[in-house]
Amino acid sequence: MRSVLDITDLSVEEIDGLIATANDIIANPEKYWDKCKHKKLATLFFEPSTRTRLSFEAAMHELGGDVIGFSDAQNSSASKGESVSDTVRVVSCYADIIAMRHPKEGAPRIAAMRADVPIINAGDGGHNHPTQTLADLLTIYREKGHFDNLTVGFCGDLKFGRTVHSLIHAMSRYSNVRFILVSPEELRLPGYMIQEMDKAGIEYEETASLEDAMPKLDILYMTRVQKERFFNEADYIRLKDSYVLTPEKLKTAKPDMPVLHPLPRVNEISVAVDDDPRACYFKQVKNGKYMRMALILKLLGVE
Amino acid sequence: MMKIDALTNGIVIDHIKSGKGMSLYKFLNLDALDCSVALIINAQSPKFEKKDIIKIGELLDLDFDALGYIDPGVTVNIIEDGRVTKKYRPQLPETLTNVLHCTNPRCISSTEQEIPHIFKLTDREKGEYRCIYCESKAKS
Repeated sequence: MRSVLDITDLSVEEIDGLIATANDIIANPEKYWDKCKHKKLATLFFEPSTRTRLSFEAAMHELGGDVIGFSDAQNSSASKGESVSDTVRVVSCYADIIAMRHPKEGAPRIAAMRADVPIINAGDGGHNHPTQTLADLLTIYREKGHFDNLTVGFCGDLKFGRTVHSLIHAMSRYSNVRFILVSPEELRLPGYMIQEMDKAGIEYEETASLEDAMPKLDILYMTRVQKERFFNEADYIRLKDSYVLTPEKLKTAKPDMPVLHPLPRVNEISVAVDDDPRACYFKQVKNGKYMRMALILKLLGVE
Repeated sequence: MMKIDALTNGIVIDHIKSGKGMSLYKFLNLDALDCSVALIINAQSPKFEKKDIIKIGELLDLDFDALGYIDPGVTVNIIEDGRVTKKYRPQLPETLTNVLHCTNPRCISSTEQEIPHIFKLTDREKGEYRCIYCESKAKS
């Protein structure tokens, strides 16, 4: 049974296929209205994530399918002490496919080992969130038309940001992609990822200055710098504004440089940026739904 | 020097790093066997000065591959009719099942009952294993 737990579970060709399907859904939505009729998606959210759950549910509804599930572990048998293995075995009896969110890393892998239906990882702690990466990839593709020969800037918390790690892994598979990593010293990309890039001969640059990086970028991926990641408040206050995107900072950016953000945003992108045509973070949300539709179709084997 | 009879049929795990013999003995669950088993600690060795040796008086199907993780220097000798018929050094296995436990408190293996604890070899040169669930590096 095919499951998607990590973005690298999908080959470059498969991602190209999902992008082609998503683009076709965008162009001809009515073609897909009944594709999943009489099929059920179970959304098993052992921790709340309204945005991701609604995206999966909207995706299944737009394919004509039904949705069952729970949005919080408190509303499931997990609160009575049931294991992940047993929960997914039971739900496999009702649903054709499962989207699962769990606070523990690796929980969807256990689910995939036990379930009789495909599992989609909808986020497992700080570990993986492949459908967010699919949303990011479709946004890049729709804005730029290709993945090769791009300079991608990541800004903010590069140490703990799982979306950053996954997108770097996904983009590293295309040719001549260069990364500019903008972060405070405390939140630099983990050493093992730097080693992986060195080993693979991927070009990258680390900097603490968003202003310096800005004119070189083809894409800017912003993330939230969270207060709890700092050892003391003084450092947080000193650094937080350096990583806030404002219309002023965007002045030196290329005119066709899309700005992405996995959301939720707190204050790292000024609301004044929202009206800039380069702001793509709300498009990214919509693209997430289309890629989830494409993934559900693929895993259910629906043509 | 202490003398232990030569085996007619059995297995000799030789060149065990001095002090590691007991962990190998426990890992292979040799205390559960009916046949004779000898654990020799600090045997003299021209190569290592001191080494541990395990002699098992029966030809058993044991998980020798995992020995390559516990002590990569060991040699396994299969003895049949008093002669060494096979001699090999276990390589680092691709996967280790229920040999290591993940120490990441955020890993599902810390809470889910009765699941196999599986680690995959991710870097043979460095002998690096990672948990298949959370991908944390194994701490030996």
